[in-house]
Amino acid sequence: MRKLSNILLTFALFFSAMCFVSSTISFSESNIIVLILSIVGILLGLRLFFPFFASFYYDLFIGVATIIFVILNLHEDLPIGSWPLIFSSWLYSWLAVEKIMQKQFETDYSSTIRNFVAPIFFGVWIIFFWEVATVGLKIPVVILPSPSVIGIKFIASLDILWADFIQTFVKSALIGYLIGCSSGLLIAILIDSSPFLKRGLLPIGNFISALPIIGVAPIMVMWFGFDWESKAAVVVIMTFFPMLVNTITGLSISSQIEKDLMKTYGASYSQTLFFLRLHGAAPFIFNALKINSTLALIGAIVAEFFGTPIVGVGFRISTEVGRMNLDMVWAEITVAALVGTITYGIITFIEKRLTFWHPSIRGN
Amino acid sequence: MTTMRIRANKFLKKIAEKILPILTILFLLTVVWYFFTIYLNSAMQIDKYDRQGISWNISKLVLDTMSQERPKLPAPHQIAEEIWKTTVEKKITSKRSLIYHSSITLSSTIVGFMLGTVLGVVLAVSIVENRAMESSLMPWIIASQTIPILAIAPMIIVVLNSLGFSGLLPKALISTYLSFFPIVVGMVKGLRSPDIILVDLMKTYNSSKVDIFFKLRLPASVPFLFTSMKVAIAISLVGAIVGELPTGAVAGLGARLLTGSYYGQTIQIWSALIMASILAATLVFSIQAIGYLVSKKMGYTNEEA
Repeated sequence: MRKLSNILLTFALFFSAMCFVSSTISFSESNIIVLILSIVGILLGLRLFFPFFASFYYDLFIGVATIIFVILNLHEDLPIGSWPLIFSSWLYSWLAVEKIMQKQFETDYSSTIRNFVAPIFFGVWIIFFWEVATVGLKIPVVILPSPSVIGIKFIASLDILWADFIQTFVKSALIGYLIGCSSGLLIAILIDSSPFLKRGLLPIGNFISALPIIGVAPIMVMWFGFDWESKAAVVVIMTFFPMLVNTITGLSISSQIEKDLMKTYGASYSQTLFFLRLHGAAPFIFNALKINSTLALIGAIVAEFFGTPIVGVGFRISTEVGRMNLDMVWAEITVAALVGTITYGIITFIEKRLTFWHPSIRGN
Repeated sequence: MTTMRIRANKFLKKIAEKILPILTILFLLTVVWYFFTIYLNSAMQIDKYDRQGISWNISKLVLDTMSQERPKLPAPHQIAEEIWKTTVEKKITSKRSLIYHSSITLSSTIVGFMLGTVLGVVLAVSIVENRAMESSLMPWIIASQTIPILAIAPMIIVVLNSLGFSGLLPKALISTYLSFFPIVVGMVKGLRSPDIILVDLMKTYNSSKVDIFFKLRLPASVPFLFTSMKVAIAISLVGAIVGELPTGAVAGLGARLLTGSYYGQTIQIWSALIMASILAATLVFSIQAIGYLVSKKMGYTNEEA
C-alpha cells in the first residue's frame, strides 16, 4: 500500500513541478493562482523526503481549489499550466481518499459518511474531467456534449422529458414489470408443487433467460400495435423467466429439517409456504426484481425502436440522434439513468428491510 | 456384468429424471405453439376465404393457417423450413444466408466479450488489491449497469461512426460494456474466495502479495470466472444484436430482425430469433465445456466447478 501511494505522490510532485515551470515561463497576471497552487502542490509532494504536510486535509484542499479555479476560468482560455495542475490535484485527491479509507472512525455515523466520500469524490472528478475535456479541448457537441450543456437542456425541456418518462417508464416498463414479475412468481409457486414439471421447467427457464429475448420486440409491435401495450408485452416476456427461475430455486432452499418442524406444528401447505418457504425464497425473489428492473427499462426503450407513437424515451433517442441533437439524447439518458438508479435503490432498500435476517445483509 | 447393469440402470434413471421432464415441457410448448398458430391466424384466413368466396371446413382452415406467407405467428415447421433454406441451401457468401448474418453478429460478440473479460478482470484485480479503488469504483460500476445501455446503443453507434469507427468495433464496444459487469462481480467474489486460513498459511511461508495473488487467489477464482463468463457471453450476444438495429445496419441478425419488421416478414423475424437462440446456446455451452476442461485440469472436482 505504501508503494502505491509513493508512486502517486511522485507523479503528483512531477506534475506540480511541470505546472510551476510552465507558469513561471509564461508568467502573467491571469495565472498567478495557478502558480500559487503549483507551489502548494510541490510543498505537499516534498513529504516524499521530509515528514511534513502529511494530513489529508491539505490534499483535499488542493483538489477542491483546483476544481473551483478551473470551473470559474473554463470559458476563457485556460493558462497553459492548468493542465498539469489538474493531473497533480487529481492524484492528491486520490491520495486523500486513500487515506480517508484507511482511517478508523469511532462512530457508525462518521464511517457511513466515509463510505459515501469516495464514490462522490470519484463522481465529481469524472464529471469535472468530462467538462474540462469537452470545453477546454473544444470537442464538438455532436460527439460529446459537456455536462453543463446537458444540464441546461435537461432543465429547458422538462415537459418533454416528463411526457417521455410517463410513456416509457410508467406505462410500458412499470406495467410490464408488475405483470411479468407477479405472473412469474405465481406460476413458480404453482409449478413448485410438481417436482416433474419443476425439473423440466428449470433448465428451460434458465436457457430462455440467456436468450436474446429483446428480439421479440418487432413481433410484439405487430401483435399489440404501436402504443405502450406492445412495449409492456415485451417487458412481460423479458421479466417473466428470471423471476420464474429465481423463485423456483428460492422455494427449494429451505431445508428438510425446517419443513419437518413446520409439519410438527401441524402447518398446512399454505402456512408452510407463507411462513417458511417464501421467506427463504425472498433473497432470490429480490435478486430477480433487481435484474428485472434493468431489463424492464431496456425492453421498454428498445421496443420503441420498432414503431411507436411520437412520444417516449426510445423514440426521442432515435429521432434526436438522427437530427444530431446529442444534448437532448444525453438528457434522455440522464432520465433513464436516474430512473434506473432510483429504482435499484428502492428495491435494495425494501430488500434490506424485509430480509434483514439474511447473512448477506447482516454481514454489512 | 453386474457393474455394467448398474451403470446402465443409473443411465436410464438419469434420463428419466433429467431428460424426460424437459422433453415433456418442450412437447407441451410445441402443442401450445401450434394451438396459438391456428388461433391467431384463423381470423385472417377466414377473411381471405370470404373475400375469395371459397367454401371451407375446419380441417382445411387448420391446414391453411399453418402455411400462410405472412402469418401472425408462424408454425414451428415453417420456421424450421426457413432456417433450413437460408442456411443449408444458400451459399455462405449470399446476402440471404443466415450463416453469413450469424457470423457477422458472432464476430462482434466475440470481440466485445474478449474486451469485456479483460476489462472486467483488470477492474476486479484492482478492486481486490486496493481498498480506495473498491470504495470509489464499485458504486459507479453498479450504477453503470442501471443505465439502459442497450437503449442508447444507436447513439453510441452514430457517434463512433462520426469519429470514423464503423463496422465491427462500435457493436463490440456495446457488448464490452454489457459483459464486463458480470465478470467484475464474479471475479471479485472469486479472488476473495480463499479462506483467511489459507492466506495466513501463505503468509507463514513468507509469500509476497504477488505470490499470494498468483498462487492462491487467481487459481481460486477460475471457477467463478467461468460462471460469470457464461452470463457475459450471453449478454454480449444481446448487445451485438441490438447494436445492429439502428442506422440501417445491412448485415447481422439484428438487421434481419429490423428488415423483417419493416416488411412484415414474420417468418424471417422468427428464424433470425431462433438462429440467435441457437447461437446463444452454442456459445454458453462452449464456455461451459472449456470451463469444465480447465477445472478438471486444475484439479477441481465437479461440485466446485
